[in-house]
Amino acid sequence: MNISFLDERLESIYLKVKEGSRLSKEDGICIYDTQDLLGIGHIANYVRYNLHGNKAFYVNNQHLNYTNICKNRCRFCAYAKDDGEKGSYVWSMEEIEKRLMDKIEEPVAELHIVGGLNENLSFEYFIDLLKTVKRVRPEASIKAFTCVEIDYLSNLSGLSLEETVHQLKEAGLEMMPGGGAEVLNTRIHDALFPKKIGHDRWLEIVRTVHKAGIKTNATMLYGHIETLEERVDHLIALRDLQDETNGFTAFIPLAFHSQNTQLSHLPSTTAMDDLKNVAAARLMLDNFPHIKAYWVMIGESLAQVALNFGADDLDGTIIEERITHTAGAKSAKGLTQDLMEEMIRSAGFEPVQRDSFYNPIQSK
Amino acid sequence: MYMSNINKIIKKIEENQRIDHKEALNLYQNIDLLTLATLANRRRFFLHPQKVITYVVDRNINYTNVCVSGCRFCAFYQIPEKGYIISKQELGEKIQETIDLGGTQILLQGGMHPDLELEFYVEMLAFIKEKFDIHVHGFSPPEIDFIAKKSNLSVAKIISILKKAGLASIPGGGAEILDDDIRQKVSPNKCLSKQWLEVMRQAHLQGMKSSATMMFGHLEQDYHIISHLEKIRSLQDETRGFTAFIPWTFQPGNTKINVKKKTSVEYLRVLALSRIFLDNIDNIQASWVTQGDKIAQTALFFGANDMGSTMIEENVVASAGVDFMLSETQLKHLITTAGFESRQRDCYYNLL
Repeated sequence: MNISFLDERLESIYLKVKEGSRLSKEDGICIYDTQDLLGIGHIANYVRYNLHGNKAFYVNNQHLNYTNICKNRCRFCAYAKDDGEKGSYVWSMEEIEKRLMDKIEEPVAELHIVGGLNENLSFEYFIDLLKTVKRVRPEASIKAFTCVEIDYLSNLSGLSLEETVHQLKEAGLEMMPGGGAEVLNTRIHDALFPKKIGHDRWLEIVRTVHKAGIKTNATMLYGHIETLEERVDHLIALRDLQDETNGFTAFIPLAFHSQNTQLSHLPSTTAMDDLKNVAAARLMLDNFPHIKAYWVMIGESLAQVALNFGADDLDGTIIEERITHTAGAKSAKGLTQDLMEEMIRSAGFEPVQRDSFYNPIQSK
Repeated sequence: MYMSNINKIIKKIEENQRIDHKEALNLYQNIDLLTLATLANRRRFFLHPQKVITYVVDRNINYTNVCVSGCRFCAFYQIPEKGYIISKQELGEKIQETIDLGGTQILLQGGMHPDLELEFYVEMLAFIKEKFDIHVHGFSPPEIDFIAKKSNLSVAKIISILKKAGLASIPGGGAEILDDDIRQKVSPNKCLSKQWLEVMRQAHLQGMKSSATMMFGHLEQDYHIISHLEKIRSLQDETRGFTAFIPWTFQPGNTKINVKKKTSVEYLRVLALSRIFLDNIDNIQASWVTQGDKIAQTALFFGANDMGSTMIEENVVASAGVDFMLSETQLKHLITTAGFESRQRDCYYNLL
């Protein structure tokens, strides 16, 4: 069937995509602004098929959130606590080992490790953390620390950014997740996360990390106070950096959950917005290999649908997600491998279990 | 090979021609999700050119949970010793609350209760009619068939008695899958397909409107789904009495059928296919109560033009462990953020 669009503005975008031309900022805004959801879905799906055919990826992974004590206290966060506050915690090496051992029978291929900026921890803690994880789970890749943590660790160690990254890499760091970027925009930074690193520093750190040979993901937290234009600017900033470094692996749109945050008056994101963010990412980020539909944030049901709107990856089975659930996420805290594969198959795709670097893993 | 067939089928649909069972099955099993959605969406806008999504404010009132049907997919029913029968006082309070919340109708359903006589139903309807000005959408075909058998009267006679007592329209529940092999496996004591259709035929012949439903995702094969749609479409050709079609997925929690729950993509495929296949039924409803708010909103692009009911009270699906709740404000928010105007409607899909 020839695609005919309800919104005529999508014709020229589709044409550009078919020719392989890069989309402009105006195109990006149009993708967010249109009500022709199926139209942008078709275009994003076209790109997705050209890149990955019928494959849809997932990883067997485990999340470790080593501390929830954080000095940044961003207004959109329900997870962070102050030192000494009820419910605050730091995991010792013994606790980390125990958590890994609890799941040692499961075929975990990736450990996703992020935490707060906890002033009680020394740089050695982080080196120990990486070494402990590597010792207990040598076959799994370590994907750890957002740019916010890297910046903090550089200050903590008194080392240059390059040297900090080098030492972490030596200790076992193989990849970095994409969190902490939120929206790369000064207005939003000042309003929502003033103590966290800003736009320029985030990009500078990613650039350094990529140059050190470490791949990262990138994210955008949407559905709070950002405008459509600010979303598109964020995507373009990532695209520009990717042209330079080619170090980004996947982009993950993150739907904001307001419950238990200082922005609890804001409504949840809708399916319309969630699917548009997936499609917009696939279309604007023409130099990113992968777009994830992160089921923790948009729900398992919609993540499955999103595979047809530009996403090629459902992220992980995730053994015990904590952060988004503190902010009221209604999704499961983990999914079994069977369920993950069933979701992918019944969406019309072929499931591919992958490692952190998107190499296929044979199921055991 | 099948692609050239698919293209022929697509062409037919684009020209608003009817498709047959074989074509529907081919489409359902082979076409990609977004093309199926686009075809359904076009049909939806052909039938309803306005960017409006309707909903009704109503309450489910279950007059009893006692049921001898013993359906294996049901988590709601009880045996007579353990069940309840609603009192007039409670019934009255629930209706008054519904009216106070801007409700225009009640969905009055119960079970196949072995001890209730025809007089009970007549009295209940008469009580409502006397005290309240509200539309009573009530008694699914299995209930009517059961009352008829129990009172030794014809289905037509029962319908005329209930109608006279105040019943305004009939919900399409209890259809499950209109195939007797499947019905005998999942709901052995419930009326067969022929009887379900006969209740609807008689109701339509007496000028009553009804909806139609399909519960899928239990023991049926794909072709059973198409056969179900075909039976509904044929009867509609004959009577024009169906106002809407509502497909929804079986919720396996707390039931005796051990299957994997159908996924959202499977639901959306069936929804879109229903919009395309049922060319003689005006409205297709999204089922937020089984699918949740996000998939219900997505369904508005897959052929649905109605969000169903605000369901001030819902007990049956909730007893299978599904507890989506939406207020009227939230329902409207889903509709408007999808780019549609939200409009409250009555049981006949007239805008209010």
